[in-house]
Amino acid sequence: MKTEYDIIVVGAGPAGSLAAKFAAEQGVSVLMLEKDRDVGYPVRCGEAVSMAGLKEFIEPDPKWIATEITKFSFISPDKTKIEVEFEGKGCILERKIFDYELANIAAKVGTDILTRAYVNGIISENGKTAGVKFEYRGEQKEVKSKIVIAADGVESRVGRWAGLKTHSDFRAMESGIQITASNINVDQNTCYFYWGNIYAPQGYLWVFPKGNGLANIGLAITGDIGKKRSALSYLNEFMETHYPNASLLSQVAGGIPFTPTLEKIVAPGIMLVGDAARQINPLSGGGIISGMIGGSIAGKVAGEAIINDALDSIFTYEKKWHDRLGKRHEMFNRIKNGIYNLTDEKYNNIAHDLKKIPKNKITLGQIAKTAVVNKPSLLLDVAKTFF
Amino acid sequence: MLLIEILPDKCDFCGCCVGVCPEDAIELKEAEITIIEELCTNCVKCVWSCPIEVLKFNKNLAKANNENRI
Ligand SMILES: Cc1cc2nc3c(=O)[nH]c(=O)nc-3n(C[C@H](O)[C@H](O)[C@H](O)COP(=O)(O)OP(=O)(O)OC[C@H]3O[C@@H](n4cnc5c(N)ncnc54)[C@H](O)[C@@H]3O)c2cc1C
Ligand code: SF4
Ligand code: SF4
Repeated sequence: MKTEYDIIVVGAGPAGSLAAKFAAEQGVSVLMLEKDRDVGYPVRCGEAVSMAGLKEFIEPDPKWIATEITKFSFISPDKTKIEVEFEGKGCILERKIFDYELANIAAKVGTDILTRAYVNGIISENGKTAGVKFEYRGEQKEVKSKIVIAADGVESRVGRWAGLKTHSDFRAMESGIQITASNINVDQNTCYFYWGNIYAPQGYLWVFPKGNGLANIGLAITGDIGKKRSALSYLNEFMETHYPNASLLSQVAGGIPFTPTLEKIVAPGIMLVGDAARQINPLSGGGIISGMIGGSIAGKVAGEAIINDALDSIFTYEKKWHDRLGKRHEMFNRIKNGIYNLTDEKYNNIAHDLKKIPKNKITLGQIAKTAVVNKPSLLLDVAKTFF
Repeated sequence: MLLIEILPDKCDFCGCCVGVCPEDAIELKEAEITIIEELCTNCVKCVWSCPIEVLKFNKNLAKANNENRI
């Protein structure tokens, strides 16, 4: 390992790997540090993405696609079911393999990668981030850099050490829990969303098929709800009433910051990407593709800054991100604030109104119109922007 | 005095608590979690955010601590 790199990326999730790839392919030196033993594991994710989102960066490969999604199903508290064909397609990933593949792509263009490398501090010089400190297999190390890209996910501590305000309000942080279970008898090409306070107040519950009878079943609630009851207790209740015979292959917890992007995602010598920058879609909680987009923009800008010897130009990343997605996320956040507090009765009413529309005529647009009567553009935006 | 209790055997090391801690008082390695007593203000936000009930506010300790003060 060298003692100095042009760019150090902290965290090897989708955002980190894309940042590393887009920087390294320009010929600058890049080191990516991951604290876990394996890139991509454990999988704290429902794994749903849109094909179009993927295709911007990588050709879909059956190796890491568990199943294709062509339909959404929304289920209200009184179990009224609304089904909608998904214009365009989605898929459920096998993130263990997908994240590996993204890191491999970064490595192929020259990124050095270390796992079990726990970053526990930054090097600061003249008010600028100039490298990181990390523990690597029991030894404390330091590596210097011109730019640090913090892709350290929901924890987002690296940015904090550089003086950026990254911590999430507990009321906006969704506490998530998910199991991967077998013997789940659902359509293998439909994503199911359960809305309402009985399932997951101020959040939602999902059942995403993974093929062969497997499914990711999870939910998220805000910290405000967590004061009274944990996410775990909601999921246990759902499983007891809906799938008492399921066997669990995996259970994971995870935080999902349902907020617009942080106000500042760049400081001298450091850029934030992905969950660390809060680049998640604050309406759906989908953050894989948006993190990849954030990472790709940051990596490109960082590489160019090194090549042109113009480190100040990393600040252009902020505007580029906001123009591409940041502003849209602010709008989604306003919608979320409107709908996440609906009563179960309201959710039921919306579903009943939608039921009156003939099945072959129901589109996301129709759902939107019906929902608008109750609250603005409800399900349309949820569905359209989910991934 | 640290009044937040961790049940490390239950923890999934997911980082949700770290993301909401206003004081950056939680150290989280691959499979190791610690609260840094000197930084923690016992604000309980991590307790509310933990999805799987790993963190608890130790009421008895808080009570004993209060009585000691009097
Ligand atoms: C329960 C749940 C369900 C979800 N479902 C979906 C979904 O269906 N679709 C979707 O699009 N999104 C979903 N998301 C969100 C999605 O998982 C994230 O937005 C996405 O993983 C963000 O990518 P990232 O690269 O920013 O961060 P991450 O994938 O979290 O990667 C961050 C990496 O940084 C590492 N790291 C952290 N701190 C350090 C450190 N100090 N030193 C070294 N390494 C460090 C971590 O170990 C981790 O590997 C879900 C999230 C949760 C919790
Ligand atoms: S939120 Fe809970 S499960 Fe997650 S790391 Fe913190 S204590 Fe552990
Ligand atoms: S109680 Fe508050 S300060 Fe202490 S670790 Fe939890 S969130 Fe941080």
